[in-house]
Amino acid sequence: MKVIAASDSSLLVVLGDVMSLENNERVMSLFCALQRLNDPRIRNLHPAYASILIDFDPLRLSHEEAASLIEHLAGQGLSQYDQASNVVPIPVCYDTEFAPDLQEVANHAKIPNHEVIRLHSSATYRVHFLGFTPGFAYLGGLPDTLHVPRLATPRKHVPAGSVAIAGSQAGIYPVDSPGGWRLIGRTPVRIFDPDATQPTRLKPGDLVEFREIDRATFDATRHR
Amino acid sequence: MSLRVQDPGLLTTVQDLGRYGYSHLGISPGGAADSLAMRIANLLVGNPENAATLEMTLAGATLEFDEESIVALTGGKCDCRINSDTAPLWQAMRVPARGILTCGAMKTGARLYLGIQGGLDIQPIMGSASTNMAGHFGGFEGRGLRKGDLLGVRKGPNSRVSTLKPGAVDGLYSRELLRVTRGPQHDWFGVEAVGKLLSCPYTVSEQSNRSGLRLKGNSISPQVRSQLLTEGVSLGAIQVPQDEQPIILFVDQQTTGGYPKIANVIAADLYRVGQLRPREQVRFTEVAIPKAIDLLREQEERLKQIFQS
Repeated sequence: MKVIAASDSSLLVVLGDVMSLENNERVMSLFCALQRLNDPRIRNLHPAYASILIDFDPLRLSHEEAASLIEHLAGQGLSQYDQASNVVPIPVCYDTEFAPDLQEVANHAKIPNHEVIRLHSSATYRVHFLGFTPGFAYLGGLPDTLHVPRLATPRKHVPAGSVAIAGSQAGIYPVDSPGGWRLIGRTPVRIFDPDATQPTRLKPGDLVEFREIDRATFDATRHR
Repeated sequence: MSLRVQDPGLLTTVQDLGRYGYSHLGISPGGAADSLAMRIANLLVGNPENAATLEMTLAGATLEFDEESIVALTGGKCDCRINSDTAPLWQAMRVPARGILTCGAMKTGARLYLGIQGGLDIQPIMGSASTNMAGHFGGFEGRGLRKGDLLGVRKGPNSRVSTLKPGAVDGLYSRELLRVTRGPQHDWFGVEAVGKLLSCPYTVSEQSNRSGLRLKGNSISPQVRSQLLTEGVSLGAIQVPQDEQPIILFVDQQTTGGYPKIANVIAADLYRVGQLRPREQVRFTEVAIPKAIDLLREQEERLKQIFQS
């Protein structure tokens, strides 16, 4: 573990240098411990693949105090991240209208379209962290066959609910935004709802399973 | 009480001091780009400093008030009028019922704040009234104001207005020199690249906004050319993408990023970043972290002392 000052108001805790389940479990363990502290001097936590950025009020908490707080929490062990992870099922409609890149993914992987759908909806994914836009979860666990590069030119407009893949990652666009990932389906479920008590459908550490639904089910269950 | 937008200017949004505690959900704090001017606007009209204000960008808005209101304008220099009378910045003023406040184009600085006694009546979302444009929520319908929008104003308890001491804001808005501390990937860059950042002027590009200020100038080449694993990014981080032109990540930034960060603007200078205009030049100078924190403490002390008692 390395603790680096990222600014006069933040520390970056580096727990590894690769994207892996083990590193992410260490991140989640420290993240949960920091959240439990509920320390008003800490303003924000930014967990990522193998690090956490901790933003705090430097007039109330010094870098030294913050660093020793982190070392103390890490000293209690970062391996026993309890696996009581939430499994969140996400219904996905792979209808052509919602999946402009499905054919290209299939071509790239040299498999039929329905095999892309089968592979995508049979894996269990882990939310490594959220970033990019409010509620955007970076999901690890995409089957190797489906690893395709992102689009050379990002789309200016990707509709909310678009289910996408890029490289070894999977995700769902929570709000209308630009985006460079390959779109292979859409969920009728609201991924980001700012007025809800839990505004994001997914949170760091959750497990995600995609369940195929047909177009009629999509239309009938789409949030308003 | 309410105000109606007759002309929204270039970009006018509702802002307070931001939304904290949601970065792990991909939600950045947002909040006023020049938080110092925004706080002073509130304090002048007797509001708590976090009351919801309007932030105008480069070209000011025209607003009609239905009832008599006490307001204050702070930030970038521009000609403003209440009906046909000149409306000076940095002081509390009365707008009569059915009065029209016209804010012109900014001559220096990029952002103008309107504080209104009582504060704008905006339902906080996740603890803040700030507009999150990426998430289309907060502020007024999650977007910049448009002609015809009607914003409620909270009826203030007739709180006491304040007055700034003469010359209180002089020198606050020299923008050309920003102080920075080392970024988490400072080591990736080597002496030559860091030297360039700290000695050459950089120009703020037109493609700058509340998410980030893109700078143009001498290219900054890292010595280490490895791929950075996406990590959390701090406010004011100066990241260097493949085109080797630095970007200052700002209030509406993404919460994580994959480019190395050479330096970070100190907290005490962030408000000045909010007043940088496109085509303006900036230079950077390095300070140590303890010095940066002392400067922040001094700024907070100064803010308490600029008002007449």
